[in-house]
Amino acid sequence: MRIVEEVLAGSRLALSRAITAVENEYDEAVEIMQKLYPHTGRAHVIGITGPPGAGKSTLTDKLAKEYRRRGKTVGIVAVDPTSPFTGGAILGDRIRMNELTLDEGVFIRSMGTRGSLGGLSRKTMEVVKILDASGKDVIFIETVGVGQSEVDIVKAADTTLVVLVPGLGDDIQAIKAGILEIGDIFDINKADREGVERLNIELEMMLDLNPDKDKMDWRPPIKRTVAHLNEGVTELVEALEEHIAYLTTSGMLERRRLERTRNELLTMLDEQIGRYVLKKITESGDFDALVNSVQQRERDPYDVVNGILRRFLS
Amino acid sequence: MEKRIRVLVAKPGLDGHDRGAKVVARALRDAGFEVIYTGLRQTPEQIAEAALQEDVNVVAMSLLSGAHNTLFPRVIELLKEKGLNDVLVIGGGVIPDDDIPGLKEAGCAEIFTPGTPTSKIIDFIKANVK
Repeated sequence: MRIVEEVLAGSRLALSRAITAVENEYDEAVEIMQKLYPHTGRAHVIGITGPPGAGKSTLTDKLAKEYRRRGKTVGIVAVDPTSPFTGGAILGDRIRMNELTLDEGVFIRSMGTRGSLGGLSRKTMEVVKILDASGKDVIFIETVGVGQSEVDIVKAADTTLVVLVPGLGDDIQAIKAGILEIGDIFDINKADREGVERLNIELEMMLDLNPDKDKMDWRPPIKRTVAHLNEGVTELVEALEEHIAYLTTSGMLERRRLERTRNELLTMLDEQIGRYVLKKITESGDFDALVNSVQQRERDPYDVVNGILRRFLS
Repeated sequence: MEKRIRVLVAKPGLDGHDRGAKVVARALRDAGFEVIYTGLRQTPEQIAEAALQEDVNVVAMSLLSGAHNTLFPRVIELLKEKGLNDVLVIGGGVIPDDDIPGLKEAGCAEIFTPGTPTSKIIDFIKANVK
């Protein structure tokens, strides 16, 4: 398949087009993913999440530059929320990464969530795979930590980096518990502001309260950066490299990726079955009547759903 | 089908007036497009490369510094060099009417001068995007 060959040969245009085909579910999308799949599994996937305004895009820009200095190639998937009302989005992360645009060792793609409830769609993970297959050593997934996306990112990444900023009022209470459970590394960005020590102490306390902490060999480090001044970035990259080394030597990497593959298969099955049943029920033409009968309390929804499943899935 | 129209809103050259670009970006978002806003001081090379990586359907440039006759055609040239032949290129800003035919000759599909309702831009994009 020509587009696949070109992606593997390093064509940025082909890479971009392949991503579009998959994101828009063109006819060739599945074949593209199938042909690229054997070439995936090499990249270190780093998820970056945190509250809006934490400086994630600026930090990603600096991290990417440091990785480039170390001779690695970088892919960045920047995810921004799609408006549920208009379907549109302002994909504004690229603006912080302008200097990377002309670096041929970096590829940046902006994506809208496009209605995915979790904030990180299966398509995002497919785009990550395409970048992986194209040969990128490190891939950043950058997403805003609102809703469930911070949990989703764990499913997609090898290393989850949670970026926080001091002075967000009642710091820890303002941070959802979920973030604290999923971070492999924490970074306090804008660390030149007031409240850094307090946030650091509170984070350490929350990490101490984690009942699993003794089962794990990895205690999430708390780093500090002032991203826009490029301070603390080298140390943060060191921490990221330490984490992937830990995952590799401990066998955790294989375990996490196995889990990820399992989740992906289940998600894909879920989607396909859902689509199939939806198609069948729409074709049958009696869905409206069923809806009415439930609304009128002539039937209950459990009975209707069971009936539909029996009809189309036995 | 989940296809969305993707628009790159870019400010080429040394021009710090971005309010117009931001207004247009928001209007396009409200119309259901995905808008990638590059920010200020973009070189034609950066604009064309961003357009490639983001695989946009439209490149919309805003310029108020008078350099449009140089920068707009340069961007169009670079888009072609990169193999992006189906991108709709539009522009806006402080552009004298006399310059518009020349820009269209160079490949700009349309120029939207100050006072144009954003709905006109949206309708044009929907009607002409490939």
